[in-house]
Amino acid sequence: MHLDHAKFDYAPLPAGPRRGFRIGIGGPVGGGKTALVAALCAQLRDELSVVVVTNDIYTEEDAEFLRRHAVLPDDRIRAVRTGCCPHTAIRDDITANLAAVEELVEAHDPELVLVESGGDNLTATFSYGLIDAQIFVVDVAGGDKVPRKGGPGVIRSDLLVINKVDLAPLVGADLEVMRTDAERVRDGRPTLFTSIRNQPEVPEVVRWVREKRAALVGTG
Amino acid sequence: MCRDATVCAVETVRWVGAVGWVGAVVRLAGLLLLADSRLPAGGHGHSGGVEALVDCGLLTSTDDLALFLDARLRTAGLVAASFAAAASLLAAPVSGIGRYSDQYHSQAWRRWDAAVEVRTPVAALRVASRAQGAALLRTAQLAWPEDGAVRALVELGRPHQPLVLGAASAAAGATPAQAAVLAVHHLVGGAATAAVRLLGLDPLRVAAVQAGLAPLVDETAARAASAAELAVHADDPDLLPADATPLPEIMAELHHASEVTLFAS
Repeated sequence: MHLDHAKFDYAPLPAGPRRGFRIGIGGPVGGGKTALVAALCAQLRDELSVVVVTNDIYTEEDAEFLRRHAVLPDDRIRAVRTGCCPHTAIRDDITANLAAVEELVEAHDPELVLVESGGDNLTATFSYGLIDAQIFVVDVAGGDKVPRKGGPGVIRSDLLVINKVDLAPLVGADLEVMRTDAERVRDGRPTLFTSIRNQPEVPEVVRWVREKRAALVGTG
Repeated sequence: MCRDATVCAVETVRWVGAVGWVGAVVRLAGLLLLADSRLPAGGHGHSGGVEALVDCGLLTSTDDLALFLDARLRTAGLVAASFAAAASLLAAPVSGIGRYSDQYHSQAWRRWDAAVEVRTPVAALRVASRAQGAALLRTAQLAWPEDGAVRALVELGRPHQPLVLGAASAAAGATPAQAAVLAVHHLVGGAATAAVRLLGLDPLRVAAVQAGLAPLVDETAARAASAAELAVHADDPDLLPADATPLPEIMAELHHASEVTLFAS
C-alpha cells in the first residue's frame, strides 16, 4: 500500500501554525543522505524556514557536518541517539524523533522539516507517523543491482534518488539498467539521478520537494 | 485417549463447552504489552548506564554485566519500581486507591514527580528519565485516551518515567505489584540488550544472566510494592526508597557530555 495523501491522520504531533512539511531521508551508508540534506538546506533556506533532525549512529557526526558547512544555524539542527538501531528510531519506535521534531517545531515553527536517518541497509524505511513523505538515497557505487533487489525504501519511497552518477563509468554501473529496474518495481513513483558533488543545486529534487509540499500543505 | 483426530476434536469441544468460555479472566494482556520492548517507548535509545561503563572499560563481559545489574536492581531498580507501584496505586480506581485517577489531578502528581527528581541526583539521568517518560506517555495517551491519570500526567508536562509507567500499568489493568516488576524488568532488559549491541556478548548467555536475576527482580519488586503501599497510605512520597549507585550515576553525567555516544543514556 502506498500512502500518498492524508498523512496528517498519522501525526500525533501538534502542528505549528505553519504545519511544517516533514520529509524523511533514508538509505544505505555513504549514499549521500547528508550531502542531499545539505543541498536542500542551501537551496531552500531562503524561501522556507527549514530545520533538520539527524540520526547518525555516531550521533553528532551528521549534525557536525551540517554545522561545519554552515547550511543552517546550530539551533535548527537536532541529533537523535538511536542506541545502535537507526531503523528502529525511524520506524518501530519513533518517539525520540517525534520529540526532536516537536522541539524544533516549538522553537522555529518551520515550514520544512528534514529527518535524516542513520545509514542503514536496504530494508530500512520511515514510519508515516513521523514523516509526510520519504526520499530513499542510494548510489551507483553500491552496484547497479540495487533497484532490482528492491526493499521497502527502493520500492515504496515517495522519491528514489540514485546518486553519484558521475561514478557510473568507473564502477561499471549501467544507469539504464538501474532506471528500468527502478521503474519496474516502483509502480509509477519517481526516480531521479543525481551527482550532488557535480551539481549541488540538485534542481530536480528541489522541484520535487516544492511540489510535494504544495500538494500537502496547500501553499507553494 | 482419542482414537482418531475427529473424535479428539469432538471431545475437546465438549470439554470446552462443559467448562465454559468465561471463567475468571486474568488481566494480563495489557501488562504484557507494557513489558514488550517493541512497544514504542523510547527504550531502545537508552543503555541504562551500560555504554558509559563500556566506553571506559569498566564493563567488558557477561559476568561484569551480571554484577552491574545486581547492584543497579537493588538501588535504581528499587527506587524506580517503588514509584511505579505508587503511581499505579494513585492512578488505579479499582485495584489501587485511585486518589489521583482524575484528569484534573495533574497538580497532585507534582509532589511525587519532585520526589523522583530529588532521588535522581545526576542531571543527565533526570533528562533521560523525563525523555523516556514523555516517550511512553506519547504512546499511552493514544493507547488509553480515556484514562484520567494518563491525561493528568499529560497535563503535568514531562513527568518522570516511573510515574508514567505506573499510571500506564493501571490503565492497562495491571496491579501495583506488577507495575513494580515492569520497572525492574525494563531496567534489566535495557541494560542487557545494550551490552549485547555494544560488546557483541553472546545473547544466549545474557538471557541466562537475566533468568538468574529473575528471583531478585521479583524480590525487589515486592519490596517496592510494600514501600509504595506505605507511602501512598501516608500520602508521603518521602517514605519511598532513595537508594543510589554513585559510580554509574557519575559516569552517566560524563557520558552525556561526551561527543561520540550511541545511546542517549
